[in-house]
Amino acid sequence: MEQVDADSSPIDGTENASEFLLEARNIVKVFGPLRANDNVTLTLKSGEIHALLGENGAGKSTLVKIIYGALQPTSGSLLWNGAPVRIANPAAARAMGISMVFQHFSLFDALTVTENIALALPGNRNMTVLADSIATVSREYGLPLRPDALIADLSVGERQRIEIVRCLLQEPRLLIMDEPTAVLTPQEADRLFITLKRLAAEGCGILYISHRLDEVKRICHEATILRHGKFVSTVKPQEETATSLARLMVGGEVAVVKSGETAKSGPPLLELIDLTLPTDDPFGVTLKNIDLRVRSGEIVAIAGVAGNGQSEMFDAISGETLGNEKGAIKLAGEACGKENITERRHRNVAFVSEERLGHGAVPNFSLSENIVLTHHATGDGVVRKGLINRSAATEVIGRVTKVFDVRKNTADPEARSLSGGNLQKFVVGREIALKPKVLVINQPTWGVDAGAAARIRQALIDLARGGSAVLMISQDLEEIYEIADRIAVISRGELSPAYPADEISLERIGLLMAGTQDELGDNGELARLG
Amino acid sequence: MSELEAIILTIITASTPLLLAAIGELVTERSGVLNLGVEGMMIMGAVCGFATAHLSGSALLGIVAALFAGFAMSMLFAFLTQTLLTSQVASGLALTLLGLGLSGLIGESFTGVPGVKLAPLYIPLVSDLPFVGPILFGQDILVYFSLMLVPAVGYVLLRTRAGLIVTAVGGNHHSAHALGYNVIAVRYICIGFGGACSGLAGAYLSLAYTPQWIENMSSGRGWIALALVVFATWLPRRLLVGAYLFGTVWIMGLYVQGLGVAIPSQLLSSLPYLVTIAALIIISRNKTLTKINTPACIGQPFAPER
Amino acid sequence: MTLVLEKRSAHSIVLVFTSPILAITITVVIGGIIFTGLGLDPITSLYIYFVEPVTTLWSIEELIVKATPLVLIGVGLSVCYTANVWNIGAEGQLTMGALAGSAVPVFFTTWQSPAALIAMLVLGAVGGALYGAIPAALKNRFGANEILTSLMLVYVAQLLLDWLVRGPWRDPQGYNFPQSVPFEGWQVLPFIGEGRVHIGVVFAIIAAIVLFVLMRKSLWGFKVRVIGSAPRAGGFAGFAEKRVVWFCFLLSGALAGLAGICEVAGPGGQLQPSISPGYGFTAIIVAFLGRLNPIGVIFAGILLAISYLGGEAAQVELGISDKTAQVFQGMLLFFILACDTLIHYRIRFVPSGPMTRRA
Repeated sequence: MEQVDADSSPIDGTENASEFLLEARNIVKVFGPLRANDNVTLTLKSGEIHALLGENGAGKSTLVKIIYGALQPTSGSLLWNGAPVRIANPAAARAMGISMVFQHFSLFDALTVTENIALALPGNRNMTVLADSIATVSREYGLPLRPDALIADLSVGERQRIEIVRCLLQEPRLLIMDEPTAVLTPQEADRLFITLKRLAAEGCGILYISHRLDEVKRICHEATILRHGKFVSTVKPQEETATSLARLMVGGEVAVVKSGETAKSGPPLLELIDLTLPTDDPFGVTLKNIDLRVRSGEIVAIAGVAGNGQSEMFDAISGETLGNEKGAIKLAGEACGKENITERRHRNVAFVSEERLGHGAVPNFSLSENIVLTHHATGDGVVRKGLINRSAATEVIGRVTKVFDVRKNTADPEARSLSGGNLQKFVVGREIALKPKVLVINQPTWGVDAGAAARIRQALIDLARGGSAVLMISQDLEEIYEIADRIAVISRGELSPAYPADEISLERIGLLMAGTQDELGDNGELARLG
Repeated sequence: MSELEAIILTIITASTPLLLAAIGELVTERSGVLNLGVEGMMIMGAVCGFATAHLSGSALLGIVAALFAGFAMSMLFAFLTQTLLTSQVASGLALTLLGLGLSGLIGESFTGVPGVKLAPLYIPLVSDLPFVGPILFGQDILVYFSLMLVPAVGYVLLRTRAGLIVTAVGGNHHSAHALGYNVIAVRYICIGFGGACSGLAGAYLSLAYTPQWIENMSSGRGWIALALVVFATWLPRRLLVGAYLFGTVWIMGLYVQGLGVAIPSQLLSSLPYLVTIAALIIISRNKTLTKINTPACIGQPFAPER
Repeated sequence: MTLVLEKRSAHSIVLVFTSPILAITITVVIGGIIFTGLGLDPITSLYIYFVEPVTTLWSIEELIVKATPLVLIGVGLSVCYTANVWNIGAEGQLTMGALAGSAVPVFFTTWQSPAALIAMLVLGAVGGALYGAIPAALKNRFGANEILTSLMLVYVAQLLLDWLVRGPWRDPQGYNFPQSVPFEGWQVLPFIGEGRVHIGVVFAIIAAIVLFVLMRKSLWGFKVRVIGSAPRAGGFAGFAEKRVVWFCFLLSGALAGLAGICEVAGPGGQLQPSISPGYGFTAIIVAFLGRLNPIGVIFAGILLAISYLGGEAAQVELGISDKTAQVFQGMLLFFILACDTLIHYRIRFVPSGPMTRRA
């Protein structure tokens, strides 16, 4: 499977017949009833950083997987240096000089850095020699790596470095990067941009997928925009504004979230007091001395790079993982650290987990059954005397569907048949239908289209302004600045104080995310703790 | 022949089928596939090996037939679980039930007929050494093979690129697929290897351990082999230790009985099963060890998007 | 040509019901081919195998006798497998149930009252449940794989039975045969009708109906289904996975134990070294063929009982081994699993080789 397919090399050998390194012409890709790519065209020159823009579900990932050989187009053609090619599989793509950094890294937790890199390179390699060249390349590009480290022990930023070094070792002519900054601190992103600009200057073409318009404007020479699988246009980002780019992506005006009046701080409804929780998972994060108060009427956001204890913190607050300290968690002033999630729900607290399918909802269950999942312990009559009342559950679906505009093709479909945005609206709506006093939500709009995201953010603001306390864990700093009243940052299981959103800069959040708050000295005067 | 020598020789014969079946299943599981059909593949190997040897008069032909029988059974499992994406647990159970039934049917006419015993392969000169001679150099070909197979599998899995690919496929099939590896093909190969090894284990039972056909003669050894893989935390060298430990337990029961100790024979016969449970408890208690070594994708179906 | 599976956007309800029929059809066709290969007339052989067992009153009664333990165990296992709890040791729980219940006739041979029978049945269920509790405890406490532990316990239970009937529980008047005292009077299950059909069939039907309602309508059934489909979502809903494991093993163990005591206090009439032709394993097939649905299990139990009777009939009338029954059962499970793929996927054949390209 290492061998390059014979017909994946250029069909006629005319090198540099075209001014373009890569041309994708009229690409169509059909999955069952869905046309993921519908006549998409993209051209890219050597030395060019080319953005691929579009909402979630616009077809960006499908297109790059076709270019990388991971998928075959239903119709359409690819040209490499002007010559038509068929890229049979990723190994063939790599042999041609196409490399890719995946959004969800293609790494193996149980293997070392060197082993991971060896798996992506052709042929049998001497591991010691490889480890040396990894060290050399990573030093040269300012991407420090320890070749013998196990992936499971590395941070998200380090994992991305492996992916990039893995690509660099193949001396790529085209580098594809799928949402590379989604998991980085602002400072790490800056360093990445320097690497990318250097690569482009060396003549490498870069296809850069992102939905962050400011960074596209900053580093990209060209941008191709997709919408609902169709080609919209190719523009020069420097000549556009963020708003005009957004309009091209969404295909209309972008919904604006109205924050209403500023928060009136009421009594604290959710309190974490010196919450410490060791993990028994060898790959997990231990929570250390977490202090946080969320008051009635406000939204507090927790920023941080994925894998720094966010999910452990969510599970601790929801009661899925129980600690030993009764007083470590207080809801509406009452200690409940040893209560399980059902008992906490009885206190009118609601939770929205990060993973929609498999955690927040059962994929192969109908929506009405998924209502029962979190409403069975509440007073709205979905379960009476141990028996399930399907009509009560159906009635809840009706309300959620109406308020949140959940699009579905039958009255009560399976959860997995809904699109990401619609399912997220459903699981958020399901909890808000309970009119909770406290809502804890992890990654409220991850992988969701702009329309659904705006609706969900608006619902969170409305809930808080109605007197509830909202705790939001998010990786998306734009989202955090858009709706949060106060911001705390989690890093390696430790939580910073919560700072008012208008008093903390992006740079400072970035430093806190990287876990360097100690070097900043004690800026205690900024912390307005309740 | 001293008594100790006799005991050691019987321990080797009791351990070899466990070792053969378990090393095959270890490779299968390393690629992320749980094949619960070891018992079924083993018993099919036993009956096909016996029948072929009886009809042809050649024990070696019997071994070849057993290898193919185990392989063929495993391909049935592979087609179901890898191509049709059925549940691995249910399909493995189906394989065992089918194997037990089919072997009973095939073996019916071979019950009570004389078998062909696999002859020991004496290595000249050294096999005449006192004590160590018969133990180390007077075994049959399957014993030598099983003892060479363990380091060979260990070397391939832990030191070569092929082994790295198997571990990668078992550790994260999505990543392996994204890098361009054919997850399904790798798994087919590993399942086939496991099947062939189980077939050999069966051949050992009906050609060397007790050279005759007895219905259900595998008597749970396939299941114990599965437990051994867990016990060895998916590492070949620990498997070697584990298999010989279990072989010893199996023999100690018979041996104590032979001494005329007043313990019900049934209690001694149940020892291997009870020890298996105890071993599972001991190894499962160590959460860190099992979690780090368990192939992360074990039992999960994989369907590439197209 | 390459076989490609295409995921359906929602599972096909039609195929949930038609897939077992398809599987049975394929099994019968392959069976016909095997019979032809054995030099028999396939039509006559299949008739003797699958149709004759339902043509006489006697055989229908025998069918019910065989289906009773299969359904009793199968409904319990269907709940287990729905929860992704893999109890494959029902044969052992059956044995232990039979032993526990038989303690009454063995030790209190003279106790002749309805209470004795009730005590036997209760002890049978409790014995099976306690034996099922062992793998549950080991799974919950230590994380030991329940597939392997429950199966190992089958061998242990069978050896215990063997020891008892050859040793301490052997009938002193039994001419040294390995068997217990024959059960008599109120220590034998009441029979229904002329043949060997016993009261156990009523227990089986009640168990199926109760579990059907429990799984469909109650929060407990919902918990079992959630834990089986998405354990993390179960934790999020506040359902304790460990309690579901306990529930499944105790329930299926009790039902298997009940089936065990019904076998020895019904058609068996005493303890022998072998009290079941593998009902505990065949019930695994019954559970899958019955769509893990307690009502479906009733029909599946009847079908598998036919295969047992057909095997016996084929041995007498065709002179072929009764092992064919086990082969048919194994094949059937294979084909059900394969056909069930159609519930979630469409199968398409696409030409392999170079992609057709439209420039």
